[in-house]
Amino acid sequence: MQYMLVAYVEDKPGVLNRVSSLFRRRAFNIESLTVGHTDQPGVSRMTIVVDADEMEIRRIEANLYKLVNVLRVENVSSTPAVTRDLALIKVAADINTRAQVMQLVDVFRARIVDVANESLMVEITGTEDKIEGLIEVLRPLGIIEMVRTGIVAMTRGSTTVTVNPPLVPARVPEMTTA
Amino acid sequence: MQLTGAQIVWECLVRQGVETVFGYPGGANLPIYDAMLDYPVHHVLVRHEQGAAHAADGYARASGKVGVALATSGPGATNLVTGIATAYMDSSPIVCITGQVASRFIGYDAFQEADVTGVTLPITKHNYLVTRSQDIARTVREAFYIARSGRPGPVLVDISKDAQQASCEFDWDAAAPRLPGYRPDLSALPSEYQKAIDLINSAKRPVILAGHGVMVSGAMNVLQELAERATIPVAMTLLGIGGFPASHPLNLGMMGMHGEAWVNHAIQEADLLLAFGMRFDDRVTGNLKSYAPNAKKIHVEIDPSEINKNVKADVALVGDLRDVLVTLLPSVEGGDRAEWLDHINEMKGDAAVRDIQNLPDDGHLYAAHVINDLWRLTGGEAIVVSDVGQNQMWAAQYYRHNRPRSHITSGGLGTMGFALPAAIGVKFARPDEEVWVIAGDGGFQMTLCELATLAQENIKVNVAIINNGFLGMVRQWQEFFYERRYAATPLLSPDFCKLAEAYSHTAVRVTQRSQVRDAVEQARAELGTVVLDFRVEQEDSVFPMVPAGADLHAMIRRPTSSVLVETGADVGKR
Repeated sequence: MQYMLVAYVEDKPGVLNRVSSLFRRRAFNIESLTVGHTDQPGVSRMTIVVDADEMEIRRIEANLYKLVNVLRVENVSSTPAVTRDLALIKVAADINTRAQVMQLVDVFRARIVDVANESLMVEITGTEDKIEGLIEVLRPLGIIEMVRTGIVAMTRGSTTVTVNPPLVPARVPEMTTA
Repeated sequence: MQLTGAQIVWECLVRQGVETVFGYPGGANLPIYDAMLDYPVHHVLVRHEQGAAHAADGYARASGKVGVALATSGPGATNLVTGIATAYMDSSPIVCITGQVASRFIGYDAFQEADVTGVTLPITKHNYLVTRSQDIARTVREAFYIARSGRPGPVLVDISKDAQQASCEFDWDAAAPRLPGYRPDLSALPSEYQKAIDLINSAKRPVILAGHGVMVSGAMNVLQELAERATIPVAMTLLGIGGFPASHPLNLGMMGMHGEAWVNHAIQEADLLLAFGMRFDDRVTGNLKSYAPNAKKIHVEIDPSEINKNVKADVALVGDLRDVLVTLLPSVEGGDRAEWLDHINEMKGDAAVRDIQNLPDDGHLYAAHVINDLWRLTGGEAIVVSDVGQNQMWAAQYYRHNRPRSHITSGGLGTMGFALPAAIGVKFARPDEEVWVIAGDGGFQMTLCELATLAQENIKVNVAIINNGFLGMVRQWQEFFYERRYAATPLLSPDFCKLAEAYSHTAVRVTQRSQVRDAVEQARAELGTVVLDFRVEQEDSVFPMVPAGADLHAMIRRPTSSVLVETGADVGKR
């Protein structure tokens, strides 16, 4: 089953590497991973989609928390959330097929962002399913190039998660030889 | 106060209470070594950086304090890797400080450059690359804090040479750790405590599984109190040995692959397992599908990622073991579990006596003899640092420890060559204690260069080489599972006595049972290190044995023809 995690991480060099290395090392499968800045300076936000079972997703969550630079992990798989993916698709379109492509783009509420003699560039934002749908109908016309951002997600409603729990002082292990 | 980065390193180490460091100098950490001379820290020059990491690890395990290893860039740092991975698997707090090429060369394949933070990323609790001197103080403080708090582990700090050389303002107070994402102290839900108490008080056949966490959290006393109050027998993991006195009537002994039969049977028949600071390693559980099928499990563990990893917990108490046990204790009722204990004692039979002192001497020398005699002659009071393989298992079976942090071995990673360098760290942590290395002829040769470190430091660590001319544990597996096809396990060794003498140590060869006592007594009496070369039976095996992946109760038992039967350690005759 697909699970979606939102992780807040410190915006420091190597953090993405730590997260992806964890997935590699523990043999978890990433379907999609996106990173970007948040409104808080020094904090980045990751949306991670993984194919896992319930035990695995708990392990992933617990192991993400073990990374020192990870501030907060939230499993939003069963929370009502808005998820979006963005794709840029370069489609073969000459004077004869251009209108046809534009019609399809219209139906999907996508946009043409570049026009050339032999091609069009389409930008589409939406759920994965919607994007897959557009790709499906554009494919017969000839997709020249495509790029996708991967999924970003945000839970609905006005609540959010705190990303700055206070630092807890550690109990220093005592000398225990008595 | 204006200081160089290198000076700041030592300022921080001294403020962290570091008195001894283990290391090896090189081009990229020269500034750190130069500054060292002005600080009251003793540096132990090892003969290979792996030895520095193991020594720091041994120091940490023996003292509970953070061990420190230093190495230069590139090969110096990569030589630490095995030692870091060893410390990581066994949750041992060490801080490794490595030199790195100057920051303007990083990424340009400079001389002795290696991506050390990249290499050690999956085997450290956390690591840092520091390229500015003003970041050193905070980083070192954070490294110590991370290494020793929560579930301890190794932290590596890689410092570029220019950061060591540059000067900046040093302000200790302003460099407090800033780790918003790090939560080492978690606590369990009150509802979970109630569930745990109900399970404990109603259990008929409970067993405590005591792991390394007992030592790490300092929970020995409260563990003993709890076990005594509720009359619950205690089995130990390899790293849990010493967490509960071996001489205590409720002590069962070591569990798992080479645990005694009655211990594993007790676990399989239990109706409640209390897992205290242990992680259900495959060497402890055998086949997970058939593991303790009728038992509820209470898992007390500081690392939430260990909960439900291998064994599903019915109750999980996340937190520091000692804190959790202190909270549980007042609600634990005194239990009469005579029936359960009688049953276990019946399984034990006379095997519990393990008296091999009076064996007829048939001219052969068995490792079991050697270690049993060593235990008796040292009054069970020595700190034993064992290597990996048969020697390790025999040491765990026949040397009975009553004190915590007195049995030190590489459990999780199983690192051959660990014992000798780790023992150097142990001796520096506990200089007044008697320290013994027990190693095989294979593992000893992996790090024997540290004999020179012992000589240079003029410290005494006695070494018992269990020399059977084979890579014994692999040979045993080949005997059991590969039709005695001894591929690459026969081992030609140098004359260990001459070798030890070359390093200016005393050495004694022992080939007969009758010589063991004198040799051990001589080793104890001499002022310096003594190396004992015990030429033991070549094709002896460790029993009982649960084959890898087999059911925990499906043990290969001691063959009746073995001399060890007469030890009374064979439970098969019940």
